Amino acid sequence: MLQLTNLVRAAIRGILKNRLRSLLTSLGIIIGVSAVIVMVGIGAGASQQIQQRIASLGTDLLMIRPGALQRGGVSRGIGSATPFTFVDVDELKKRALLVRAISPLVRSAGQVVGGSGNWNTSIEGVYPAYQYIRDWQLAQGEFFTERDVKSRKKVAVIGQTIADELFAGQDPIGERIRIRNTPFTVIGVLKTKGTSAMGHDADDIILAPATTVLYRLKGGIYVDMIYASALSSDRMYESEQELTLILRDMRKIKEGDTDNFTVRNQAEITEMASSTSEVLTLLLGSIAAVSLLVGGIGIMNIMLVSVTERTREIGIRLSVGARERDILLQFLTESIMLSSIGGGFGILLAFLLTVGVNRFSNLSAVIQPGIIILAFSFACLVGIFFGFYPARKAAGLNPIDALRYE
Amino acid sequence: MAPIIETQKLKKTFYIGEIAVCALRGIDLIVEPGEMVAIMGASGSGKSTLMNLLGCLDQPTGGSYHLDGIDVGGLTKNEYADIRNHKIGFVFQGFNLLPRTSALENVELPLFYDRKRRISDPRRAAVEALERVGLADRLHHEPNQLSGGQQQRVAIARALVNRPSIILADEPTGNLDSHTSIEVLEVFQELNDQGITVVMVTHEKDIAAYARRIVEMLDGLIRRDELVSDRRWARSNLKRTGQD
Repeated sequence: MLQLTNLVRAAIRGILKNRLRSLLTSLGIIIGVSAVIVMVGIGAGASQQIQQRIASLGTDLLMIRPGALQRGGVSRGIGSATPFTFVDVDELKKRALLVRAISPLVRSAGQVVGGSGNWNTSIEGVYPAYQYIRDWQLAQGEFFTERDVKSRKKVAVIGQTIADELFAGQDPIGERIRIRNTPFTVIGVLKTKGTSAMGHDADDIILAPATTVLYRLKGGIYVDMIYASALSSDRMYESEQELTLILRDMRKIKEGDTDNFTVRNQAEITEMASSTSEVLTLLLGSIAAVSLLVGGIGIMNIMLVSVTERTREIGIRLSVGARERDILLQFLTESIMLSSIGGGFGILLAFLLTVGVNRFSNLSAVIQPGIIILAFSFACLVGIFFGFYPARKAAGLNPIDALRYE
Repeated sequence: MAPIIETQKLKKTFYIGEIAVCALRGIDLIVEPGEMVAIMGASGSGKSTLMNLLGCLDQPTGGSYHLDGIDVGGLTKNEYADIRNHKIGFVFQGFNLLPRTSALENVELPLFYDRKRRISDPRRAAVEALERVGLADRLHHEPNQLSGGQQQRVAIARALVNRPSIILADEPTGNLDSHTSIEVLEVFQELNDQGITVVMVTHEKDIAAYARRIVEMLDGLIRRDELVSDRRWARSNLKRTGQD
């Protein structure tokens, strides 16, 4: 056996003596490895973004709507049953133990005038608890209180988009705005949430006390729906069950009759969206697999093309007394070194590209350690196999046949 | 002293598809230590095939071959490799140097594969071998920076460096002009004068005349085997051409 140091030295010499080939081989590996890592990283980043947007709705969210009224087997469609009132909300709040917070939602929309502009937006009438249910943070000012709700105070907390449109850089706190001609005082600005899971602007919104919106803007006595947040997100189902039982009792629904309301939880929505992101990840993953394959074929080509020169070299080495094993070990060492150096640079490049993608584009890429290992080992295996295979063929020849090889 | 080379009825048959081509049909050859033998013959006479067999670069299909007392016939592939490394220095027509590799590293190559490490300082041995062929000032030149004659002398140094029992040269002057050929032959003659056995293949009578003995082959058999009566001396010929 030759000494390991000699082998490594011979391998380094071999790599340096064939600079162009070494460069091209490692380039194939570098591009293959980094393309895969970045590609899968972008896929993972996108699906993480989707998950985050869904989470921004609030992970323990429960939504209660008045449901279909059924009489004599005839379903009359959603909303046909009696809607909820503030009294219902307050009773639920009192009786439900597995619910952390509860708030009605009164929806309205209309033209808002104030500051230096006007804007058409939606207005949501809610309780202060809504801030926690939907996980709204405040950028400035404060949220309205229970007392504001009781006294139907005309105060509003505005989303970032509204602040930009109406006040364009000025401080909106304490300013007056008119919503459908009713004057409100701005007491807070919500922190931006960006695009919502459904794709619309989550910041294009005004929150105001539910009573104010219902009695001063909308009219009537019914709220549109009720939002609640479960005590914890893993006890979602129990909270849902409890709300259902209380509501059945409140509405005096007999056993065996169907509910005339629906309680839905966030998990159902999450499921829907994550199946979308799974498709996305699969798509990017298959593109990545193709690029890895193409990179592998590139490596293979370069390795096979250099076979003539290398076969002569092997012939020379054999003719001065190298054993088959010596040749194999030398070429194996060479391939391993070349592949792992290329793979290492590929990983480095992937990190740089990921930083670049995150900084200079709207995409976000997240590096997946599993993919690094997969891409690295695949590229190395291809490099080693196709560096080694021609050498193995040549080393088994008679020296004179290897020397004559064309 | 036992002969360095002793073959009996050495045969080599090539198969090109279904057709068998008999390149050697039974060669009996003895080479004693200190000889300088030229193997001659027209192309296709089997002289290169014989050389490859003698150099253990290829295996015979029949007969026996003793090299320095060892029966080469029953050896394994690894033992073959070791014989090439320890006993034989081979010089090719096309030089067969590693490209992009300095003269010194080319000459060191056989020592790299010497498992017994018979030579303790490979670098010094390589330098000495290059000095012996007159290339002391070309140690770090790569083959493409050397002339044909210089490349062939690097190849001779590589053949020398392991202190082989015999140097085999297959058309060593085939790729060289006549003046350079004589320079290379001078090296062989000097080495032979120092006691190294040399066997070379050539198809030129002029070149063969520098040897002590000429073996002439025809159709895979030895046809003539005689001593050179009017041997040429490379050194005096070089002087003469230098004066011209």
